[in-house]
Amino acid sequence: MKKRIFSRKDLLAIKGLHEDDLTLILDTAESFKEISRRPIKKVPTLRGQTIINLFYEPSTRTRSSFEIAAKRLSADAINISASTSSVVKGETLLDTVKNLQAMAPDIIVIRHACVGAPHLIAARVDARVVNAGDGANEHPSQALLDLLTIREHKKNFAGLKVAIIGDIAHSRVARSNMHALPLLGAEVRVCSPPTMLPLRMDAFPGVRTCASPEEALEGVDVVMMLRIQLERQDRTLFPSVNEYARCYGLNVRRLALAKKDAIVMHPGPMNRGVEISSAVADGKHSVILDQVENGVAVRMAILYLLGGIAE
Amino acid sequence: MENSKLILDESGMAMVLSRMAYEILERNNAHGDLVLVGIRTRGVFLAQRLQALLKQIAGLDVPLGILDITLYRDDLSHGTHHPVLEKTDISFSLDDKIVILVDDVLYTGRTVRAAMDGLMDFGRPRAIQLLVLVDRGHRELPIMPDYVGKHVPSSPQHKVKVRMREEDEHDSVTVSYATQG
Repeated sequence: MKKRIFSRKDLLAIKGLHEDDLTLILDTAESFKEISRRPIKKVPTLRGQTIINLFYEPSTRTRSSFEIAAKRLSADAINISASTSSVVKGETLLDTVKNLQAMAPDIIVIRHACVGAPHLIAARVDARVVNAGDGANEHPSQALLDLLTIREHKKNFAGLKVAIIGDIAHSRVARSNMHALPLLGAEVRVCSPPTMLPLRMDAFPGVRTCASPEEALEGVDVVMMLRIQLERQDRTLFPSVNEYARCYGLNVRRLALAKKDAIVMHPGPMNRGVEISSAVADGKHSVILDQVENGVAVRMAILYLLGGIAE
Repeated sequence: MENSKLILDESGMAMVLSRMAYEILERNNAHGDLVLVGIRTRGVFLAQRLQALLKQIAGLDVPLGILDITLYRDDLSHGTHHPVLEKTDISFSLDDKIVILVDDVLYTGRTVRAAMDGLMDFGRPRAIQLLVLVDRGHRELPIMPDYVGKHVPSSPQHKVKVRMREEDEHDSVTVSYATQG
C-alpha cells in the first residue's frame, strides 16, 4: 500500500495540488472533527510549535478558525493584524516577515490583499506558509472546508453538480473551488453578472458559464452563493443592490430549481436580502454553520500535516 | 531469510481471549462500570471480540471505544511526515468508569503511555487496566499489563506479528527473526 503523506512545504493554492493531496487533507480533517466535541478539546500534537497569524485584511471567521485550530493542537498562536502592527508605520511586507522569521515561527498563516503575497514570503522564510486568502487569487482552506461539507452531505464528488453564483471575478473562494471541484470529478457551473466574470474562464477547464441563475441552478446538488462585496460598489459593477438581489439573489423560488436534497453554502459574511434571502440562509437546505464547524477541523488538518514537514 | 515460529493459532487465540474475559469479570466487582477501549488497529478487533465474549458469558453490554494514539505520540517532530490520522470514537464519558485498555502487542510501553494521555481527555476513569494479547518485554517506560494473553520472550531483533481475520487472512501470532541481508 502506498504511504499517504503530504509532502509540500506550504499550502499556497489549490491549483497544482493532486487529487490525493485533497483527499488526504479531507480524511485527516474528518478524523479531527471529533476533538472539538470532547470535554477537553485539546491534543498535545503541536506542542512547542509557534504559529503566527499575519492578517493584512479584516477577518473574523478565518482568523479565529486558524487560531482555534492551532490552540486545539497545543501550538502557540500569535495574531498580528495590519491595522495594529508596524505596517501602519510603513514597514514593507518582506521586512515584517523577516523580523517575524527571526523569532523562529514554525508556521505563518497569511492573508494579504495582493495576489502572490504568500508565495513571495514562502520562498524567503524557513517557516511553512499557509495562504489564508491572497487578493482575488485563492483561499485554499475555505475551498477545503467547502469540500469537506459537501462530502459529508453527498458522500462523493463524482458526477455531483455544483453551481457557484455571484461575484466570481473578485472571489478567491470561487477560484479555489473552481480548481478543486473538477479535480475531484464534480461538474461546476458558474453564473454572475457579466461585469463580475473572470476574463479568462478558459483557465478553469471543466467549469461551465451559465447565462442566468435559473440555468445554473437547474438540477444541482450544491449551491454556493458568493458574497457581494458592497465595498466595491463604487466601481459600478451592477446598477443597484436591489437589482442584483432580484436578478441573482438566491430565494426560495429559485432554490426550487435545484434538486430536492440540494445543500446551500455561503463562505460568509452574508448580505442577507442581497445574494441570499433569510428564508434560504436559515432554511433546511442551508449548511452554512456546518461550513464554519468544518473550518476548524480542516485547519487543524492543514496545520497537523504541515507541522511534520522539515524546514 | 526469515524464520517464523507460530505462538498462537486460531483456537489458541480464542482460548486466550476467553480466559482473559473471565479474568476481567473475576477481578472487577462493579461489572456495570466496565468499558472497553481498543487501540487502533488490532486492539480494536480484540476489544470487539472481548465485548462479544462478555455478553456471551455474563450477559453484559460493555460499551466499546476506539482510540487512535497518533496525536499523543512522543516521536512526532519536524522532519518526519506526520502519520495518517484515523478516527477516535469514544462516544461516552469515562468519568468513574473502569477502562479496560486493549492492545495487541506490549513492547516499549510508549503506545500505552500515549493511549493513557488520550483517555484522560475523555474524563477521569476510576481505573485503567491494561489488556494485551502478547507481552514481549523490553519496556522503556514503567508500564505493567493487568491481563496478558501470552508472554513471548523475545530479543529486539525479533518481529512479533499478530494477524487477525478482521484484517488478515486468519488469526495467528508468530515470532520471526529477521537476519540481515
